[in-house]
Amino acid sequence: MARSHKPIIWGPFAAGGTLAALIMPVLIFVTGVAVPLGILPPESLSYHRAVAFAGTWLGKLILFVFVSLPAWHAAHRARITVHDLGVRLDNIVALVVYGLAATLTITAVVALLRI
Amino acid sequence: MSETRTIKIEILRYRPEIDSSPVLQSYRVPCPQEWVVLDALDYIKNNIDSSLSYRWSCHMAVCGSCGVMVNGEPMLACKTFLREMGDTVRVEPLLNFPIERDLVVVIDDFLENLKSLKPYIIRKTEKPVEEGTHLQTHAQLKRFKQYTLCINCLLCYAACPQYALNTNFIGPSALALAHRYNLDSRDEGYAMRQEIVASPEGVWECSFVGACSEVCPKHVDPASAVQQMKITSTKDYFLRFLGGKR
Ligand code: SF4
Ligand code: FES
Repeated sequence: MARSHKPIIWGPFAAGGTLAALIMPVLIFVTGVAVPLGILPPESLSYHRAVAFAGTWLGKLILFVFVSLPAWHAAHRARITVHDLGVRLDNIVALVVYGLAATLTITAVVALLRI
Repeated sequence: MSETRTIKIEILRYRPEIDSSPVLQSYRVPCPQEWVVLDALDYIKNNIDSSLSYRWSCHMAVCGSCGVMVNGEPMLACKTFLREMGDTVRVEPLLNFPIERDLVVVIDDFLENLKSLKPYIIRKTEKPVEEGTHLQTHAQLKRFKQYTLCINCLLCYAACPQYALNTNFIGPSALALAHRYNLDSRDEGYAMRQEIVASPEGVWECSFVGACSEVCPKHVDPASAVQQMKITSTKDYFLRFLGGKR
């Protein structure tokens, strides 16, 4: 029997899922709760600090990983959910969801490189 | 002494020679404290309707032959107490399998799949008997012990929504058993099993719903085996791609 090519998608899916489960809650807490409520000082997310962070290669890499991998996770999860709901247009669905993830990935690369 | 309660058991029956499609039939049975669903089936067969067909053997959750749907959930008939149920209990054959007769389902597909995964120890070269046995440490045994507990009851297949959509999927327990041998320090058959495990019909049909592990009466946790195999299959895929071998 032929080997499946699923690992190409499943690799970023699993990595993105791990990030989304373990690190995203912390990010949401910091950016969505702690800073707006003043638990952390407001300047910790100031424009200048964010730009300075994205200006380093390590910062770019971290932002890239956090934007693109969860996007692949979401795309693959959406494809499976649509399949579970009984929609049998897998090729079209795959094209749409992976297309969106790829667009987001490329956008992230371009945007980060321009900072 | 308190009086024994009686309950209604509805059984989905199918006798190919008289029923054009499966039909529900009701029986009234006594329900002593210690009775499980299998006791009620035995009672019906011995006292009310000897034509009822169902599989069982051990009556102690060991042989794996008595899997049925009880009120819509896959369960072992010999492990499901009636005292925990209401006044009507519905018993149907395991979901996702063709019905052979009454509560007996056709499991040929599963057996073929299981066979194709070579669920036994494979050695590249057999060690001569004179050289003794293959020794194994406790730590090595612990890696796969949980996956040896499977009794092939197929409750996991009845619970799996992906198997329901596509019965070509190799499915939870067959894959968990392949994993059991892959993890065994004495085994060298990984590459052979991988032909099936890493095929589109193998681990990749699973979308990690996890229903298999929830219904498993032996806590095998087949879902964990399948996810671990996805990780090894992914590593494998990229290593093969880079020309490495595994
Ligand atoms: S994995 Fe569990 S539910 Fe599935 S066949 Fe084995 S014992 Fe039964
Ligand atoms: S009769 Fe053997 S497992 Fe139920």
